[in-house]
Amino acid sequence: MTSDLDIFVGNTTLIDEEVYQLWLDGHSVAEAVARRLRGGVLERAGTSVAVLQSDTRDHYRTFQMLERLLHAPPRLLQQLLFQIPPSRQAMLVQRYYAFEESFARELLGKKLSKGTKKDLDEISARTGVSIKSCRRQFDNFKRVFKAVEELRGPLADNIQQLFLLPPPLARDYAAVVFFANSRFETGKRRLQFLTFGDFAACAQHMMLHWTQGALAPEAAEPDGDVPKSFLQDLKELKVLVADKDLLDLHKSLVCTALRGKISVYNEMEANFKPLSRALVNVGGKLTHARDVRDFFVDLVEKVIEPCRSDKWSPADLRLFLGHYTAAPRALPAFRHQALWERYMAVITACLLRMYHD
Amino acid sequence: MPGKLKVKIVAGRHLPVMDRASDLTDAFVEVKFGNTTFKTDVYPKSLNPQWNSEWFKFEVDDEELQDEPLQITVLDHDTYSANDAIGKVYIDIDPLLYSEAATVISGWFPIYDTIHGIRGEINVVVKVDLFNDLNRFRQSSCGVKFFCTTSIPKCYRAVIIHGFVEELVVNEDPEYQWIDRIRTPRASNEARQRLISLMSGELQRKIGLKVLEMRGNAVVGYLQCFDLEGESGLVVRAIGTACTLDKLSNTSAFLPACNSPSKEMKEIPFNEDPNPNTHSSGPSTPLKNQTYSFSPSKSYSRQSSSSDTDLSLTPKTAPSPQGPRIFLFPSSPTLSCDSPHLKKSCLLLSGSSLNPLHSSHVSPVVLRKSVSFTEELLLAASGMGSGSAGKEGGPFKTLLRQQTQSALEQREFPFFTLTTFPPGFLVHVGGVVSARSVKLLDRIHNPDEPETRDAWWAEIRQEIKSHAKALGCHAVVGYSESTSICEEVCILSASGTAAVLNPRFLQDGTMEGCLEQRLSWQPGFFSIGSEKGEVDFFPQSQDSSSLLGIEEASPPGCGFCHIPYDELNMPFPAHLTYCYNCRKQKVPDVLFTTIDLPVEAIVIGKGCLIQARLCRLKKKAQAEANATSISNLLPFMEYEVHTQLMNKLKLRGMNALFGLRIQITVGENMLMGLASATGVYLAALPTPGGIQIAGKTPNDGTYEQHISHMQKKINDTIAKNKELYEINPPELPEEIIGSPIPEPRQRSRLLRSQSESSDEVTELDLSHGKKDAFVLEIDDTDAMEDVHSLLTDVPPPSGFYSCNTEIMPGINNWTPEIQMFTAVRVSRLSNINLTNQTLNKNFNDLCENLLKSLYFKLRSMVPCCLCHVNFTVALPEDELVQIAVTAVAITFDKNQALQANKAPTEKSQQRASTDNEDQLQFPLELCSDPLASQPFPPAKAASLDKASPLAEGYLRHRSVPSCTNSTVSVVKMTPLSFLPGAKITKYLGIINMFFIRETTSLREEGGVSGFLHAFIAEVFAMVRAHVAALGGNAVVSYIMKQCVFMENPNKNQAQCLINVSGDAVIFVRESELEMLPVQPSTVVSQPTSSGGDVTT
Repeated sequence: MTSDLDIFVGNTTLIDEEVYQLWLDGHSVAEAVARRLRGGVLERAGTSVAVLQSDTRDHYRTFQMLERLLHAPPRLLQQLLFQIPPSRQAMLVQRYYAFEESFARELLGKKLSKGTKKDLDEISARTGVSIKSCRRQFDNFKRVFKAVEELRGPLADNIQQLFLLPPPLARDYAAVVFFANSRFETGKRRLQFLTFGDFAACAQHMMLHWTQGALAPEAAEPDGDVPKSFLQDLKELKVLVADKDLLDLHKSLVCTALRGKISVYNEMEANFKPLSRALVNVGGKLTHARDVRDFFVDLVEKVIEPCRSDKWSPADLRLFLGHYTAAPRALPAFRHQALWERYMAVITACLLRMYHD
Repeated sequence: MPGKLKVKIVAGRHLPVMDRASDLTDAFVEVKFGNTTFKTDVYPKSLNPQWNSEWFKFEVDDEELQDEPLQITVLDHDTYSANDAIGKVYIDIDPLLYSEAATVISGWFPIYDTIHGIRGEINVVVKVDLFNDLNRFRQSSCGVKFFCTTSIPKCYRAVIIHGFVEELVVNEDPEYQWIDRIRTPRASNEARQRLISLMSGELQRKIGLKVLEMRGNAVVGYLQCFDLEGESGLVVRAIGTACTLDKLSNTSAFLPACNSPSKEMKEIPFNEDPNPNTHSSGPSTPLKNQTYSFSPSKSYSRQSSSSDTDLSLTPKTAPSPQGPRIFLFPSSPTLSCDSPHLKKSCLLLSGSSLNPLHSSHVSPVVLRKSVSFTEELLLAASGMGSGSAGKEGGPFKTLLRQQTQSALEQREFPFFTLTTFPPGFLVHVGGVVSARSVKLLDRIHNPDEPETRDAWWAEIRQEIKSHAKALGCHAVVGYSESTSICEEVCILSASGTAAVLNPRFLQDGTMEGCLEQRLSWQPGFFSIGSEKGEVDFFPQSQDSSSLLGIEEASPPGCGFCHIPYDELNMPFPAHLTYCYNCRKQKVPDVLFTTIDLPVEAIVIGKGCLIQARLCRLKKKAQAEANATSISNLLPFMEYEVHTQLMNKLKLRGMNALFGLRIQITVGENMLMGLASATGVYLAALPTPGGIQIAGKTPNDGTYEQHISHMQKKINDTIAKNKELYEINPPELPEEIIGSPIPEPRQRSRLLRSQSESSDEVTELDLSHGKKDAFVLEIDDTDAMEDVHSLLTDVPPPSGFYSCNTEIMPGINNWTPEIQMFTAVRVSRLSNINLTNQTLNKNFNDLCENLLKSLYFKLRSMVPCCLCHVNFTVALPEDELVQIAVTAVAITFDKNQALQANKAPTEKSQQRASTDNEDQLQFPLELCSDPLASQPFPPAKAASLDKASPLAEGYLRHRSVPSCTNSTVSVVKMTPLSFLPGAKITKYLGIINMFFIRETTSLREEGGVSGFLHAFIAEVFAMVRAHVAALGGNAVVSYIMKQCVFMENPNKNQAQCLINVSGDAVIFVRESELEMLPVQPSTVVSQPTSSGGDVTT
């Protein structure tokens, strides 16, 4: 006797977190049943495989019906079809939008287009995340991207409102959107040591200090872009390396301050000019989209790698950057103090975050 | 008395995209009532339209108000072609027609389309102004309240229980009219939904008229059913119990915050209203000045009519001839004949004796045939008529009997659809009476004269009445009717419990003061520990109960068990013993009833769900031949079902069944019987005997071994069950009982169902030959199967209990978490080798597996009890069996359940219950709002680092215009008449909804499972939305009366019809009640809760 139809509907929708995770991970019903069997649910509940199958199918059906609503979480709160306690609704949304950092790392800076979607099986093979799960995560990125693309105000807040995500997750999504928007290059070999978390932190700093939203929440431009005027202004900072006197004065100020305080003083002193040039030029190049892509490559190539080869400790770098940023205050000829600090706040934070093995 | 119906269309949300080009919708709404239609303006290019219409006013008769549903259609405006329908909402405005129920219907309703399901939501406000405020309802049945609940609703008291009301209306089924060939499935489904809505409105109005004629003001235990007779039409019928109810005035004093929630709703801005401006009806709003189009459209032509509504005292049909009645007394020695041969012949005899009756029905009448078959189960008890039993009884009882008789005999049918009664109402219970009749359907030629259907039911009721009489009872309680239809054959069934009632509850006037006190005892108070405080309403109840002489005559804990019939002139052979409780009067050895366990009953241990399942093949046949073969099979099925029930009852060491419901379903090539009941051990009845099996060929050594092995297994099972259900009756010293008692529980000697308490037993039990044909005889495979199936019934996993009654005996510390669910399974029987045994086995497995999967699904609620487990079997096609189960899982405090659960399981339980706490938060936190609607808790302050991201995001989200700020209120649903740990403060009206869903893209919707899963979820959602709009937060006595599912996978099509009903209520958590000031005077009178002590 085979069951053609087998359903269970509760007035309060039953949600099994374990099965939900299996579904999210992209397992088929059969795989999910096998995993649950291995998980030992049968021994605990003393029942048959058929029961487990039927239960799993029920849950999968429910999730499929819920999926449409999960695409717009506020609808999940308003819909009348499934009666779900708020704590469970939050869990559903949170888990649905949770993503594998390894997967997100691969995707950072890529265009969220159909073409990229076609390459997902490669990423899936590389990261070990199942293809179904990859597609869901990709679609989530894309959906969030589309939803906030045109919105004003802080990106993370917008995402949090539209998708009801917990703040940390919303911030991660904001980073993904920011990267997808700015198309930073992240895939180069020399950037491989950087994790998703590193990039996300950098993106957050950039959004916090550089974007329009950071200055005036109701600003006219979407948060995903760094304002053109700001980037234009960054060119003004070149004076710090272009003007020989300023450069020397800057160096001597920093050296005076750091003498005896860092272990790599000599290397620092020797490398001050190329370092300073690199630090300032990264900003100066940002007006060109092509150069924007190289932002992280430049930082790694021109700052992190030289420091690393000179065996700077992170503390050294921190001290150096602190004094390096503060010194121009004492340069009477330098008139872009506010701009400089706004710029360096991000560069400092990014470098410190990225300075690891 | 005319009234004015006012409707306002506020807004829509989440509408489907109707214009592919723009991905938007130009929606407008048609509001139709009777023949009048209004339209809103088109709200262009939005999926979340804000219509904010003016009040559309319909001036209509009250008759129309009762019959017609308000029909709201959402459409997409299309300039060039016909407007596309998005979907509809039908709103039953009946709850607005009586003063104590809801005063406004306001809220978000799912927009439903029969092809696409729910497509967005619409916010509607509906009000009714009834003219002529004084004497508001006297001229119509508008004021009559309806309750599905089969007990006196909480917060009411019964002044008088008048009795049985019934009505039926018939019509042609639109699905089978010629026009159906040319119209779309959608149009056809909508016509059907609308027609049924109209018919049920009409039916309710007519029942209401009858109630008013009886001078009642309410119908309790209202059960409305549809018979889809196919070609021959559509029958809507209803039964109920007319009562005069009084609202308990104390309620409001007791609960100042909650007495008028819906009135408050009127004044306060609707909290779900997305745009508060709409309430100020200032002309400033441009929308206000728009003209609406007024288009009286043609009404649906309907031809339904009702049967006669007269209440004449003479029976409409002559009593049906008293056919041979088969008394099935599995417990009686007469049926357990001395040899299997004899046994068989005995049955054959009864079978053949049916035939003459059958043909006598057939020959004179035209094409219609009718066979009725009845049986009464044995129950038993005190010497009501005999006078021999009680010294004190004599004259008083005679008087009582006369009174009752006179009270009841004025009624055509002394039936009560109630299953729970105030203490003292039930004097004695006789046993189950049931009648079935096989009919051939033919076209209803004249819908205005649906007399054939009426006559059929009258016939059956007459039969029930006479069976009750034979049991020495004047009344039938727990009465219900049902049908099973396959092609043109229809089985009509009725069953109930014969009983003797206390006349005082049925008479007008005289004892009213006292009656009120007595009747207002509401069932369930004592069993639900949380209901404390209720008793405070009836400070004098103790005094008044002493006025009722009846109390002395039959002690509360066991009186209902005492036999109502004459011991010397018993209607059937039975073993009687002196009551194990009072030792004064006689009781039967086993008691079967269709009612709930009376609250005063003394029960030992816990109860459990007991099911008998049975299939019988039959040849495919046409018309008369078919009806004949079905009627020939029925007696055998009934017998087997009862044998199974009896065996399973004994196997659990119990002696009484409550809530017995036997469903016989007819299919093309088989009949299925499914009986469900809750077994308990009544302290008043004797300890049941064991089950003995014996082989036919005693010389065969290995065989003997096999038999004894089997016997051992059975004995072990009984012992295990006794432990599981905590059945340890006190051992009684022989002298006290004064009649021979058996050596307590000495297994190996008894016949399968032999009562230990009678003299004969010792003679009969001497092993060989004395065996029941169905259980003892192990020499054919059939019997082997039966024994096996007995043993394959697995007890629920530890931590689970189940019953099909309202409350589980032995558990009274319920916690508030409940989960109502519906599960449906359709199974295809393998084509090959269809024999009765394989069928039985398949059917048995199907039911057992279904139960198992329920236990698995609900494992996180452990310890819990599945209550009101209601199985429905249908045979939609040749080899398909469909089983639908609706039940509610209720958690209880494990501390008191601990005895039942052994130490090893304890740990897992604790884990499970901690898991549970997550879910527990939900009801606790959400239902804490004493007001009508209970929105999910609004987030307080939103700070970035707050833990609850959802609520936070949600709050902020208010600023986003497309999503409005409404919240979804939680609505609980339960098939029970109460909510654990809560007090029902108001009944808002009956919910009775009928939906059709059809698809032509079955595969795309996830196959049959996906289709039905979504549909049932939609039905729940629509019920919840209606309840919430009435201002309620729960549905009690919820029942899915019909779930007809048809599929045609080849065409990728499926269709399903679902009919549900229940009572919308407002409840308040008990924990909040305690916080409210309690009137000191009521607290003082606590000691009167005497009735409750009995059960503990």
